[in-house]
Amino acid sequence: MNFVKLFRISVWAAIAVLAGFLVVSTQLSDQRQPAEAAIGAPRVGGPFSLVSHKGERIDNRSLAGRPYIVFFGFTHCPEICPTTLFELTDLMAELGPDADKFEVLFITVDPERDTQEMLASYMTSFDSRITALRGSAEETEAALKAFSAYAAKVPLEGSQYTMDHTAGVFLIRGGGSFGGILDMHEPRETRLEKLRRLVSA
Amino acid sequence: MLQTFRFAAIVGLTVSASMLSLPAASHDFSVGDIEIGHPWARLAPASAPVVGGYLTLTNTGAQSDTLIGGTTAAAERVEIHEMRIEDGVARMRPLRDGQEIWPGTSVELEPGGTHLMFVNPVRALSEGERFEVTLAFAQAGDVTVEFVVQKGPGDEAGQGTEHEGHAP
Repeated sequence: MNFVKLFRISVWAAIAVLAGFLVVSTQLSDQRQPAEAAIGAPRVGGPFSLVSHKGERIDNRSLAGRPYIVFFGFTHCPEICPTTLFELTDLMAELGPDADKFEVLFITVDPERDTQEMLASYMTSFDSRITALRGSAEETEAALKAFSAYAAKVPLEGSQYTMDHTAGVFLIRGGGSFGGILDMHEPRETRLEKLRRLVSA
Repeated sequence: MLQTFRFAAIVGLTVSASMLSLPAASHDFSVGDIEIGHPWARLAPASAPVVGGYLTLTNTGAQSDTLIGGTTAAAERVEIHEMRIEDGVARMRPLRDGQEIWPGTSVELEPGGTHLMFVNPVRALSEGERFEVTLAFAQAGDVTVEFVVQKGPGDEAGQGTEHEGHAP
């Protein structure tokens, strides 16, 4: 009798632990999904519509038929963002005429601080073919979703904040399909090759 | 012609003399048991609200020390941040307790890792330019060092070229 009771309690305890584990792991994987999806097999090419640092509206339809690359960042970023944009500028110089065959988009994940004027000034430091894009909070969210990218506001002391954001550069083929990620940590030759392949596809 | 030559020679001598007299020749600094190697700041885009700063800290003493912060006339404030990429996502957080340097060890503040962040530079900093920053250590105290503005880790001031790749 006692044994049966003990057994029953153990089974219920095991079920409770398992259920708890499931809930926690589901939540964790939900949080991590965008980043993992960005590396695995992201759904890309969803609809988005943003405004360039020159004031033009650019959306997924206006880009159709042309390869493009997309990088998410923000100007209050001392490292990854300026480095990626400087490196893209260098890679474009090295690619020569091939660099005219694709669009380069820098989408701000911090439209609150990155105004169009701010972006217009910021972009003067890079290849003039790189376009900065910004939108409302909703438009920015839609753009992130379109690339299965991730960004989140992280409050700091006082009223300060920083942004976590997907670090890779998305490659989109002329047909609109996902062409991989450009990782600024991989060898320069690999990155050049990926871009050459993107425009020759 | 001779005059031009003489002028060039004088300029050359003056420049070399000033380079020799500056700590810039080796570009290292020290305070107490802390040695500070080659402080440099990343060339920032126009009107960038933040500039990254890097250096090597070596503790030659017998007790631990901590870089707790700094000040500079070139920016509103100096912060210490750590940067990581996790699951393809870049995350940056302030190091509230500063950067500790254990006795007999070196700590690199380098691109892709812990770095200084100069917030709201008062003016644009151009490549090759040097600016003073006073660093504060818990044990060794304050020391004023010169940061040199470079495009990337390998580019010494004035030697960087457009087509040189940046180290990752």
